[in-house]
Amino acid sequence: MKITFNWIKDHLITNQTESKLLESLTNIGLEVESIANTSKGLEKFLVAKILKAEKHPNADRLKVCDVDIGNDQVIKVVCGASNARDGLITIYAPPGAIIPKNKMKLEISKIRGVTSYGMLCSEAELNLSNESEGIVELVKENFDKRVGQLYFQKNNANLIDLSITTNRPDCLGARGIARDLAASGFGKLNELKNEKLNSKLKQKINVKIIKENNQGCTVFGSCLISNVKNTESPKWLKEKIISIGQKPISAIVDITNYIMFDLNRPLHSYDADNIKKGIIVRNSKKGETFIALDNKEYKLQEEMCVVSDEDGVLGLGGIIGGTRTATKLDTKNVLIESAYFVPRSIRKTSKQLNIDTDAKFRFERGIDPNSIEIGLYRAAKLIKDICGGDISKIDIQKTETYKKKIIKFNTILFEKISGFKIQTKKMIEILKDLGFEVQNKRNYLNLKIPSWRPDISQEIDIIEELIRIYGYDKIKSIEPIKNRIKPTLNKTQKLFHFLQRSVASKGYIENITWSFSDSKINKLFKEDKKEIKIVNPISLDLDVLRNSIFSNLIIYLNKNLDRGFKDLSFFEIGPVFYGSLPGEQETVIAGLRSGMVSRLSWLEKDRKIDVYDVKRDVIQTLVEAGYNQSKFFLDEKTPSYYHPGKSGRIFLNKDKDKVAAYFGEIHPNILKQIDIKTESLIGFEIYLNNLKETKKNLKDQRPKYEISDFQKSKRDFAFIIDKQFEAQVLVDIILNTDKDLIKSVKIFDVYEGDNIPNDKKSVALNVTIQSSHKTLNDQDLEKINQLIIHSVENKTGAKIRS
Amino acid sequence: MTDIKKIREEFLDKLKQNLELPEVNQIKTDLFGKNGLISSQFKKINSIAEAERKIFASDLNIIKNELQDLINFKINEIGTGQINKKLDKEKIDITLPERPFIQGKIHPVSQTIDEISSIFSEIGFSVEEGPDVENEYNNFTALNTPDNHPARDLHDTFYLAENKERLLRTHTSPVQIRTMLKDKPPFKIIAPGRTYRSDSDQTHAPMFHQVEGLHIDENINMGHLKGCLNYFIKEFFEVNNIKMRFRPSHFPFTEPSAEVDIGYELKDGKIVIGEGDKWLEILGCGMVHPNVLKNVNVNSTKYQGYAFGIGIDRLAMLKYGINDLRAFFECDYRWLNHFGFDPLDVPSNYRGLSR
Repeated sequence: MKITFNWIKDHLITNQTESKLLESLTNIGLEVESIANTSKGLEKFLVAKILKAEKHPNADRLKVCDVDIGNDQVIKVVCGASNARDGLITIYAPPGAIIPKNKMKLEISKIRGVTSYGMLCSEAELNLSNESEGIVELVKENFDKRVGQLYFQKNNANLIDLSITTNRPDCLGARGIARDLAASGFGKLNELKNEKLNSKLKQKINVKIIKENNQGCTVFGSCLISNVKNTESPKWLKEKIISIGQKPISAIVDITNYIMFDLNRPLHSYDADNIKKGIIVRNSKKGETFIALDNKEYKLQEEMCVVSDEDGVLGLGGIIGGTRTATKLDTKNVLIESAYFVPRSIRKTSKQLNIDTDAKFRFERGIDPNSIEIGLYRAAKLIKDICGGDISKIDIQKTETYKKKIIKFNTILFEKISGFKIQTKKMIEILKDLGFEVQNKRNYLNLKIPSWRPDISQEIDIIEELIRIYGYDKIKSIEPIKNRIKPTLNKTQKLFHFLQRSVASKGYIENITWSFSDSKINKLFKEDKKEIKIVNPISLDLDVLRNSIFSNLIIYLNKNLDRGFKDLSFFEIGPVFYGSLPGEQETVIAGLRSGMVSRLSWLEKDRKIDVYDVKRDVIQTLVEAGYNQSKFFLDEKTPSYYHPGKSGRIFLNKDKDKVAAYFGEIHPNILKQIDIKTESLIGFEIYLNNLKETKKNLKDQRPKYEISDFQKSKRDFAFIIDKQFEAQVLVDIILNTDKDLIKSVKIFDVYEGDNIPNDKKSVALNVTIQSSHKTLNDQDLEKINQLIIHSVENKTGAKIRS
Repeated sequence: MTDIKKIREEFLDKLKQNLELPEVNQIKTDLFGKNGLISSQFKKINSIAEAERKIFASDLNIIKNELQDLINFKINEIGTGQINKKLDKEKIDITLPERPFIQGKIHPVSQTIDEISSIFSEIGFSVEEGPDVENEYNNFTALNTPDNHPARDLHDTFYLAENKERLLRTHTSPVQIRTMLKDKPPFKIIAPGRTYRSDSDQTHAPMFHQVEGLHIDENINMGHLKGCLNYFIKEFFEVNNIKMRFRPSHFPFTEPSAEVDIGYELKDGKIVIGEGDKWLEILGCGMVHPNVLKNVNVNSTKYQGYAFGIGIDRLAMLKYGINDLRAFFECDYRWLNHFGFDPLDVPSNYRGLSR
C-alpha cells in the first residue's frame, strides 16, 4: 500500500513530523517497507515556449525548434512531434533531467547532425497520461506568463510504502491508516462528512442479483450519472493519483481509483449506454468468454461471479471489468457500481484465471460492507463536480443484510496473555478510537465490531488490538528459567550430529545441496525407487525430489573440478526420498573423494584415491559412532551406480539385517554420462535410519578391562588360496580356531603373479597368540600353529605356502 | 706411597688423556678385570695385619669408586660425542613442506544450527523434527491458514500432487502441529530444518533453513516470549548490549503476532549488530492462536504459549558476514573452505559458542 503523509492528513489532524509518522506506523503494525521521494528530479522540468519550429535539414519527420526557456535564454531542441509549432507552450526537459516514464537521463546529443539541448516532452513521457502522440500542449492563457518556471509544483512529500498484513484490509485505504494512527495518539481522526445525495431521478438501469449456490455477490449498489462530459482530471486529482505512483487516465477512472485508495472502497464505472437491458449478477457458465480491461480474453469456468447483461459478461465482479462497457472520454452516461463480493469467491476466481488487480486484492481480504453508500455518494458528487451531469438516486440490491459481530470480552484475559495490566478505561478508549462500540459490563466489555474489521472474531483478536495500540514495548521481558526437563537431543539426533563431525574430521567438506535434483542425473542413482516429481519446479533441472544425495553432490563436485580443483573430498548429510508421502524419506550421509593422494608431493609418490581410502573413512566413522568393528560383515552387493567389482556394503553384524553403508568406486559409465574428468572418484553412503541405536551410554560402552602380561608370540603364515576367496572369511576362520589364544590377525601381504597359479593368490598373515593364564611354551605354540594351518586348509582348500 | 695410591695416580693421569672407547675398556680391564690391579688389591685384604686392614680396605674402596666413576664418565662422554658427531651429518631442511593435512569443514548452516540448539538447550528446549514433505493440512490448515486465506499467497509453495494435497513444507511450523498431536502439554521444543519456497533471487533461495520454537504451558505469556528471544539473541550474537524491538505483525497461526528487529550499524560497509540506529528484521513470533491449539486438541483455556520462527541462513549471514544467501547452496569449494568451520569447533555451553 503506497500513501503519502499529505493524503493521510486528509483524514487526520496532526502536527507531528513525517519521521515521527514512520515510527508510529511501524509501532502499530503498519510496517514501513520503504520511503521514496517522488518529486525528486521533477524540479528540472520547465514551462517553455517554441519560438520557431523548422524542418530538420537532414530528416523529414524531425523539427529543429528554437525554445524560450525563460531568463532570456533560447536554445535549440530537436523534436519529432508533429504538433511542435511556432508559439506552442509546452514542457521542456533540460540535459541531466530523468524522464519519469523510462528513467532515461538526458544528455546533450547530436541528432542527425544537429545538436539538441534537451527535449520537449509528451504527457506519456511525464507519466501524466497515456497520451504519447505529440508533445504536451499547455493552455496559452494559463501558462504564457509562466515560461521559464518549474512545471511541477515543488513537493516534498515522500511516497511511503506500507507492508499491510493480510488481516488488515481496512488499512488499504488512507482513512484506515489514519484511524489506527489516531488511536495510537498520533492525531485526531476527522469526521466523515455526511454526503447524502438528494436526487429525485430514478436509477434507470435495472440490477438483479440471481440467488443461486455460491453466489459471490451479496450487495450491488449503483448510481447513474447521465449527460456527463468525461475529461482529463483536474490538477489536484491528477497530482493525488500521481503522488502514490499511479497514472491518471480520465476523470471518471481517476475518481473511482481515488475513492478506492482513500476509503478502501473499490468502485467500478460502466458506460451505461453499452449495457443492454440492465445488469444481472450471476454465476458464469462454463466456457463463457469476455475481453477484460487488460485486453486479454478470459474463458470462464463455472460459478465465477460475473456482472452481465443480455448480451453476456460485462466483467468479473470485484476483479476486473470488460472492454465492452469501459468508460471512455466520449462516455455520456456512467453507471457507478459499489458492491460487496465474497472474499472466498474472489480468491477462487482470480486464482483460476490468474488475475491480480487492486480491486481483487482488496475484495479477497474483505471490504467494509457498510461502505457501499458512501462510495456511491462520493463518486457521484465528484463526477458531477468535474464532468457535470445529473445524478440519479442510488439503487441497492442485496441478498444478505450485514449485521455487526458482537464479542463479549473478558478484560482479565488481557493480562493473562500480555503479562501486564492496563486499566479498563484505557482499553475502552483504544477500542472506541478503533471504531468499536463498547458497553462496559462489570467483568467484561460488550463489543460491536466495526464493519471494516473482518479479521476480528474472538477475544484474542481484541487482546491483539489493545497491545498493538498500547505498544509492544510495554511488554515486560521475563528472564527464561534454566531448567531442562528432557534431553536436548535424542539418540538419533545425537548420531546425526556425531556422524556429521566425524566425517568432516576425516577431511571431508560439508555441502548443503537442494533436496530436489535434476531428473536426468537423479535417474542414474535412483535404482528401483519411485521418481517423485515436483508439480511446479523452480527450474527444469530441479524437477524431482532426490532419491540419492549423490546426484547433487556429483553435480557440484564436478563444478569444482571445472574450477580447476582436483583432489576434493565432499560430503552432505540430509534427506533422500523414496515416496511422496510425509515421512517417506531417510537420512543419509554421503561422501565423495576425487583425484589423487600425494599429488605433487616431494615426499611420496602420488597415487589415485582408492576404495580402501574411503573404506577406512566409513569404517572409522562407524567405529567412532560406537559400533564394534569386529562384528561388521561385508559383502559385495551394491547399487548399480558403483563399480561392480570395486564396491561393498557393510552390515553392523552377520545377521545382515539392514545395510549400514555402501562404499566404492563410482561406476565409470556414470562418470562418462556426467562428463566428469578426474583420475578417480570414490564414494560412500551411510544410512542413518539403518544404524541401530548403540544401546549403552559412553560409560557402559567399554567391555571389562582385561589384559594379559604373559608373553605374546607372533607367527607369520602365507596361504595360497582361490582368488575369489574373501579375506574377511579367512581371518574369521583363524580367529575362531582358538578364541582365547588368538588375539589378532593382520593381513600384511596379498600377492598374485609369478610363482602363484593363475586362479590363486597368496595371502600373508601375522597372527598374535597370547594366553591370559600362562606363558606359552614351544609345544603350545606349535600346537596352535598346526591347528591354524589345518583349519584354514580344511575349510578353504587353501595350501600353506612353504 | 702405597701401591694403591700409586695405581690411583697413574690411572687418573691416563684417564685424563683423550681416549677412544677401546682404550677406556682396556683401562677398565687393567683395573677391574679378573687379575686387574684393583681386583688384585682386594684379594690382599685378608693378608694384611688386622690393625691396618680396616684403613686399607676403606682407602681401596674410595679409590675403586673414584676410578670406576671416572671410567663410566669417560665411556658416556665418548658415546655422546659419537652421537653428536653423527647428528652433524643428519641435518634436514625443516622448512620443506610437511605431509599435507586434509582439513574437513562443517557448513556454516550446520554450525549455526548447533549454536542455536546449544543456546536453547540451556533454557530447557529439546529438539524435534518433522518431514520435509508435508500434507496441506499440517502446513496450512491446522495452522489457521485455510485454503481461501490470502496469507497462503505469501508462501510460494512447491507441490508434489496436482490436487495440492502434498507439498514441500514452506516453514518449520508444521512440526508444532506434529509435536502437539503426538504428545501432551507442556511443550518446549525447537525444530530446525530445511524449508522450501518457489522463489529465487539475491535474497531468496528455493530451499532455506528455519528453526521453529514452541513453548506451551500454563500461564506462558508474551513476557516469557520476549525474555526467551532476548536471551537467545544476546547469546547468539555474543554481544552484551543489543537493541531488540517487538513490532506488531500478523501470522495466521499466532495472535498477537510480532516481528522482531535488532539494532545495527554499518561500519566500513559491514553490518555490526548491537546498538546502532538501524533496524534489521530477524524473526517472527507470537502467542499460539487458540484455533491452532483447538486443531491439535490442546485445551486453550488451560494451556497457552508462544511460538517463533527464525531464518537460520539469515542469522548465519549476519553473524559471519556472508553477503549472498545463494552462496550457501552453490557448493563452491573456495566459499565452503572460507566460511566453513573446523569440525572440532563444537558449540557448547561450557566452552562458549565459538573459540
